[in-house]
Amino acid sequence: MAHDYNFPDSAARTATAAAGEFLPEKMSINMGPSHPSTHGVLRLQMELDGEVVTRADPVVGYLHRGDEKIAENMTYNQFVPYTDRLDYLAPLANNVAYALAVERLAKLEVPPRCQAIRVIIAELARISSHLMGLGAFGIDVGAWTVFLYTFTEREKLYRLFEELTGARFTTSYTRIGGVARDVPDGWLDRVNAFCDQFLPILEETLALLTRNKIFQDRTAGIGVIAKEDAIAYGLTGPNLRASGVPLDLRKDQPYCGYEQYEFDVPVGSKGDCYDRYLCRGEEMRQSVRIVRQAISHFPGGDWYARDARRIFAPPKDKILTSMEELIQNFMLVTEGPQMPAGEVYFEAENPKGALGFYVVSKGGGVPWRLKIRSPSFCNLSILPRVCVGAMVADIVSILGSFDFVMGECDR
Amino acid sequence: MILRATMVSPNTELAFDSKIEGDVVVSRLDAVINWIRTNSMWPMPMGLACCAIELMAVAAARFDIARFGAEVMRFSPRQSDCMIVSGTVTYKMAPQVRRLYDQMPAPKWVIAMGACASTGGMYRSYAVLQGVDRILPVDVYVSGCPPRPEALLDALIKLQEKIRREPAAKRLFRA
Amino acid sequence: MTATADVATALREKFPQVTGRESLDWPACNVPSGQALAVLQFLRDEAAFDLLADLTAIDSGVGTAPRFTVVWHLLSTTRHTYVRVAATCADDAKPAMPSASGLWPGANWHEREAYDMFGIEFTGHPDLRRILMWDGYPYFPLRKDFPLAGLDTALADAEVAAETGAGVKPAPYMGGPFVAAPGGPLDEAEPRARDESWTEQQEKPNDA
Repeated sequence: MAHDYNFPDSAARTATAAAGEFLPEKMSINMGPSHPSTHGVLRLQMELDGEVVTRADPVVGYLHRGDEKIAENMTYNQFVPYTDRLDYLAPLANNVAYALAVERLAKLEVPPRCQAIRVIIAELARISSHLMGLGAFGIDVGAWTVFLYTFTEREKLYRLFEELTGARFTTSYTRIGGVARDVPDGWLDRVNAFCDQFLPILEETLALLTRNKIFQDRTAGIGVIAKEDAIAYGLTGPNLRASGVPLDLRKDQPYCGYEQYEFDVPVGSKGDCYDRYLCRGEEMRQSVRIVRQAISHFPGGDWYARDARRIFAPPKDKILTSMEELIQNFMLVTEGPQMPAGEVYFEAENPKGALGFYVVSKGGGVPWRLKIRSPSFCNLSILPRVCVGAMVADIVSILGSFDFVMGECDR
Repeated sequence: MILRATMVSPNTELAFDSKIEGDVVVSRLDAVINWIRTNSMWPMPMGLACCAIELMAVAAARFDIARFGAEVMRFSPRQSDCMIVSGTVTYKMAPQVRRLYDQMPAPKWVIAMGACASTGGMYRSYAVLQGVDRILPVDVYVSGCPPRPEALLDALIKLQEKIRREPAAKRLFRA
Repeated sequence: MTATADVATALREKFPQVTGRESLDWPACNVPSGQALAVLQFLRDEAAFDLLADLTAIDSGVGTAPRFTVVWHLLSTTRHTYVRVAATCADDAKPAMPSASGLWPGANWHEREAYDMFGIEFTGHPDLRRILMWDGYPYFPLRKDFPLAGLDTALADAEVAAETGAGVKPAPYMGGPFVAAPGGPLDEAEPRARDESWTEQQEKPNDA
């Protein structure tokens, strides 16, 4: 049963109260689902004692679109556009995570070039997502300039994504067994140029907030999450690392060739909003480091698994001229990439946390069950605990520092 | 884009500050009201999903929507003119969208941004309202998933052209 | 991986009814639903699987017995491995499973979601109500007998429903999603219309 927010009849109570007696009441207030600071359609029902929150009950599901049911009615490749729209701030990262999860069903290893492409786009997506998180956090606590700076950088990233995939975001770039197309000529140089000009601008943008007294007052010591709580509630990603747990799946369960790259993982100590902000800022610097290494060691070769005949479509020129490839392509488009029966669970280190895909397959090209383990869903589950005792203005800081996205939370 | 000279007559002798008209500008009331409304259209961003990110990009520095007078993104329906439904409207969210639309004072317009808001998009499922026009009267539909910021600006311009043709003076003191 | 082998043997010793489960990646086991909580607690306390990564359910299809399976994925933040624990619900008509929200507070929302999507009651859950659909929604969407397009029902807010005349209608799927069926021989698995109730020749259902 839902918590009963009753609104006592003040007039009746005042009539029966003794003269001069003060009747304190808790106020029920509703924040969202349409609210500028809720980062999408999150609804927070709060009970306030004055300015302090005594109970918070988040209501999610306002963006539940039925992705998991849709997945049971789509072939594996047809589902890729839906993964874009999960964490729509870093669609390429979701594409990569999904492709890796399904490839585990067939124990398919993609060639090194494809892995390098996937690492580069995942890290660029991480930069894009953290920039957005930073901008939204800034604008929520009152720093408009940060939002404009970060969005300008994101526009540069959009241009790179558009050149590679055809879309600014919602890229649908990976396929099971590879990626949709190879990197265009000169794209890697442009990515390098972006990285070169990005770092000074990042420092400038972070300098607007890091030593800013107002920002520190609003975020330091606010929304503290203890280590045990973070693990107990299933937090992952920068939220978990800011609380002092050094878990990063790129280092601890390396996938897609991450073990070849050298990078650091920022871990916080206090678990407050300020630590989460600092973790994200540092992660952006480390992502640039990874991208530069990946580009400097960029391998040649295939950008898809050439031997996976029942999984990845043959090249277009062969399809239209050769019978076998035509049939193969036909089977792939109608039936989908043929996966063996079995189940896998794969988590990737997405910008928001650990995005997990639990794929249950009964054979064929359509999954029997696809569960999307959403980092934002788990991150938000700690809200009822962390909001209690905070003031209303701090709620905005806490929500901004969590950097969740409702498309992922509700699927 | 040709700006129709609705306020000043083509006869330059009758122009502003001329010997004949002096400091008086003669125009139709409709034109004046519609000019005010189109050039200060304050959107209420019903930012639900991915299209909201493109809406934010339109408000940001590169695709400046402030050029059109619409950078004041009021999240309060009482202070806005145009609701830009950007993102998937689920059945759970639909009553809140309608409620917020009802709270907007007239005159109000609706832009359905993106495929999900126009028709439900690629989400043909049990939880998604197949088009926000099932609960709201929509003025402009923008296609795209998500539409490019230029497309949204084009929609805003189309909406402005639509408003310019409205007989505003007749309904000025009615809802 | 010696660590996982130790865990598996220790688990087998303590809980003799636990059987292995076919898995392509991480070690997995099937446990009887009565022992699920004990096994999870053992894994959390003795084997350092301290993070509940995921809690979900699978519907094996109408008419299969047992129909609903609840699956837990646990992650060890120190040893960086996962383990999968699966338990089937005893009753197919009213599936139930003990709640893990006492062991991990994060299981609270996951179990609400499993209840919302499948109708599985988690006994001992402090606040079992729908989380993704609204409270009055009468169906469990991820069950295999529920169509993707959805079923008719009323909007959550009666006032808005009366004002607009809108309701929750099935999405227009003329013929149904044309997609191959998972598994099975190729001639049966090929894409075909799932819902033959209306086509171009037949009438469209009335939508508002």
